[in-house]
Amino acid sequence: MTTDNSHSRNLERARESLLVPAGIGAGEIDQVMGRMLGHHIDYADLYFQYSRQESWSLEEGQVKSGNRHIEQGVGVRAIAGEKTGFAYSDEIMLPALIDAATAARAIARGGREQTVALAKRDGGALSLYQPLDPLHSLEDTAKVALLERVEQEARRIDPRVKQVMASLGGSQETILVVRSDGVMAADVRPLVRLNVTVIVEQDGRREHGTAGGGGRTDYGYFLTEERALSYAREAVRQALVNLEAASAPAGTMQVVLGPGWPGILLHEAIGHGLEGDFNRKGTSAFAGRLGDKIAADTCTVVDDGTLPGRRGSLNVDDEGTPTQSTILIERGVLRGYIQDRMNARLMGMSPTGNGRRESYAHLPMPRMTNTYMLAGQTPPEEIIASVKKGLYAVNFGGGQVDITSGKFVFSASEAYLIEQGRIGRPVRGATIIGNGPDVLTRVAMVGNDLALDTGVGTCGKDGQSVPVGVGQPTLRIDGLTVGGTEE
Amino acid sequence: MDATITTHKRAPSLEDLAAQALDLARRQGASAAEVNAGFGNGLSVTVRKGDVETVEHHRDKSLSITVFFGERSGSASTADFRGQALSEAVMAACAIARHTAADPFNGLADPAHLARDIPDLDLHHPWPLSMEEAIDLATRCEAAAFAADPRIRNSEGATITTHDGTDVYATSHGFLGTVRASRHGLSCAVLGDDGHGAMQRDYEYAAVRDPRDLPAAEEIGRRAAHRTVRRLGARQIKTCQVPVLYEAQVARSLVSHLVSAISGPSLYRRSSFLVDSVDTALFPEWVHLYEEPHRKKAMGSAPFDGEGVETRYRDLVTDGILRRYCLDSYAARKLGLVTTANAGGVHNLTVAPGAEDLAGLLRTMGRGLFVTELIGFGINNVTGDYSRGAAGFWVEGGEIVHPVEEITIASNLRDMYKGLVAVGRDVDTRHNVCTGSWLLERMTVAGG
Repeated sequence: MTTDNSHSRNLERARESLLVPAGIGAGEIDQVMGRMLGHHIDYADLYFQYSRQESWSLEEGQVKSGNRHIEQGVGVRAIAGEKTGFAYSDEIMLPALIDAATAARAIARGGREQTVALAKRDGGALSLYQPLDPLHSLEDTAKVALLERVEQEARRIDPRVKQVMASLGGSQETILVVRSDGVMAADVRPLVRLNVTVIVEQDGRREHGTAGGGGRTDYGYFLTEERALSYAREAVRQALVNLEAASAPAGTMQVVLGPGWPGILLHEAIGHGLEGDFNRKGTSAFAGRLGDKIAADTCTVVDDGTLPGRRGSLNVDDEGTPTQSTILIERGVLRGYIQDRMNARLMGMSPTGNGRRESYAHLPMPRMTNTYMLAGQTPPEEIIASVKKGLYAVNFGGGQVDITSGKFVFSASEAYLIEQGRIGRPVRGATIIGNGPDVLTRVAMVGNDLALDTGVGTCGKDGQSVPVGVGQPTLRIDGLTVGGTEE
Repeated sequence: MDATITTHKRAPSLEDLAAQALDLARRQGASAAEVNAGFGNGLSVTVRKGDVETVEHHRDKSLSITVFFGERSGSASTADFRGQALSEAVMAACAIARHTAADPFNGLADPAHLARDIPDLDLHHPWPLSMEEAIDLATRCEAAAFAADPRIRNSEGATITTHDGTDVYATSHGFLGTVRASRHGLSCAVLGDDGHGAMQRDYEYAAVRDPRDLPAAEEIGRRAAHRTVRRLGARQIKTCQVPVLYEAQVARSLVSHLVSAISGPSLYRRSSFLVDSVDTALFPEWVHLYEEPHRKKAMGSAPFDGEGVETRYRDLVTDGILRRYCLDSYAARKLGLVTTANAGGVHNLTVAPGAEDLAGLLRTMGRGLFVTELIGFGINNVTGDYSRGAAGFWVEGGEIVHPVEEITIASNLRDMYKGLVAVGRDVDTRHNVCTGSWLLERMTVAGG
């Protein structure tokens, strides 16, 4: 974790691209803030954003469609106690900013306009990725060629591959936050992602497999170490496994979760329930449980926005707070929440760099970054060998949680039976359901093989999507309900 | 040019902007192009525990363009309507089209299918709602939930939303259609406490085109309280195979899975469990599904689809037999079929209601699981395998015995459709898929 002068360069770059063209300087910022402060407003912020994104997609061996999207705007937020007023404009111009500020401040009544002169200062930020421009990191013809190579690789591996769908997406967003406490922070965020889905067919039975990856870097990432091709191979492997899969069992049993992406368990079962907003309002099953033992001694879980280049990482969050590594569960004990500034203030805690928003047109909320469990001591083979009869689940689709009851689900897309300590035949995808507040008390073994996911996670909350990461070592959980069809 | 000058001029209409973009595309050498341009504004107010929590003012605009150079295409979009941004978007779309492969199925809709007359579907009822009125409605709604039952002790709040939007679709082959539509909603989510530390949450909402059609705010609040309180004391049940009754608002998802499986891309990629299923019996023979896109004031109404094709009443399933797919022009050409006016989705896809209300369906089921909430994404579109988290109620002798949670329900969609026993007359009209509750013959419930 280093803080170098790349941040002040980002701040300068953001100012140049977002404020200067609109003729917005320190005086104009003060004028907008003055509209809000003084009206019994405790806090206000402006969030300027410019983003460019593109996507290319291939099917039937050809890249037939592509899309580019450009977006810019400014969100204006005013907070009075627990009240939030919010307005935004897709035009970064002073009159639009003043209109938005006037609308946002209306949550607090009375008061008068104030003349303010904020002592603006650089809030600092990390340097976890470079301000790359993925869209220009490859020629368009090379992007098309990359997807074509992925397709050819998938077909080359096995003649049962009947369809290959591959997509390549990249974006760069420049953000600038100005807070009423004078802090200014900026970030230039690259993000790339490549996904492959294949359909395989044998004797009239069809199945699919999907794989991908990415991070806060540029397209060159996919060209190194044959990464793009490895996704193709992985998608084919999964699809072929599923061609052989039998019906999944139904009922409560021992479940061994593989390392990496199965960490979506932690995201759903634990992470959402520890977000500050739900805990401040008392709507989470974890509310008021700081200091309680909620997991086995072997479990330590963190949310860490500071991992270099990771999809869920940020140099600075969307409220200008540098990200950090936050211990959520330490050796089984609940230690911390995931906080944005508003909820941290109302709960008398510190912000944790988790204030995130989908765009200028959305309000920030406490959101996860990269959520994972630290490695334990046990080799994964020993964990498998310890199970007489159970399920070994290594790949998953999405998950969801009911914050209030604590019930969560996540759906396996690649799973096997374990019989007498050995991995047996593959079984079809099944949804697994559990209870967040007690699932980690049932963790019986923690592997020494911590892995993070490949960079494909997107988290949805209140209609807002943000990129996230997850990870974990192999885990044995005694007593999860597996939703197959075989009694 | 000084950028601020443009804001003080009268803003160009969406139709003008669309024409401008089409003209730019033509001048770049595009052989055809289509433009979607939209503008909307709205207000969203949430009151929690009797106090204003958030006030959000929404104002959105966007323009997207797809250009064709013969059989090649590219698309781009922008939220900035100023001349330079518009021309950059058009150029970006053209640049992409230089790199995409020629696809003989690309292109605009066949002019013969385009909507000629655009009927007024009574979708536009703007609500000049002041912030004070919005706060008052939401406050009354939430207060009614708290007053309904002493076990309601916490709340996620009551939210009132109003949105007024205009969307224009224009093509280089002469189509120009404008739809003005409003959407208003009132929702309330509250938490109940069983007194032993276990909480449940549930919600109720209304979604309408015309604010005069909203139920009383207090009614929404009371229903939210009722839905929450009835879940208190929920427990797991043993793994079993039983009949399952999907409440209307979750039964809708079963229709959505069907639509997804019979949509163009799923079919031409052969990534659907329903490939080659037209003219086969998917449901028992009494089942009837149809689209009614011109229903006045309905949430799923549209005079034309996403590419200007005329919408009209169309059957989807009659006598239990699937009669057609859901296609846009591209998928139709690829499959050697004709567009079904489903570019952008279905329009008021309706499951013809049966004779019984919910209580009647519970009696018909006798013993089984009544599902009111589903979580997770355990649907495999390729195989039809289905496994989702659920919450609801255990039913014996046609009566609710106790609430149930932390279970999954699993089967295969093909078997579920075939095993449809009855559809209720309790039709949920809040979405573009309208159905009553569904009673299914048998599913595997996984529990303790």
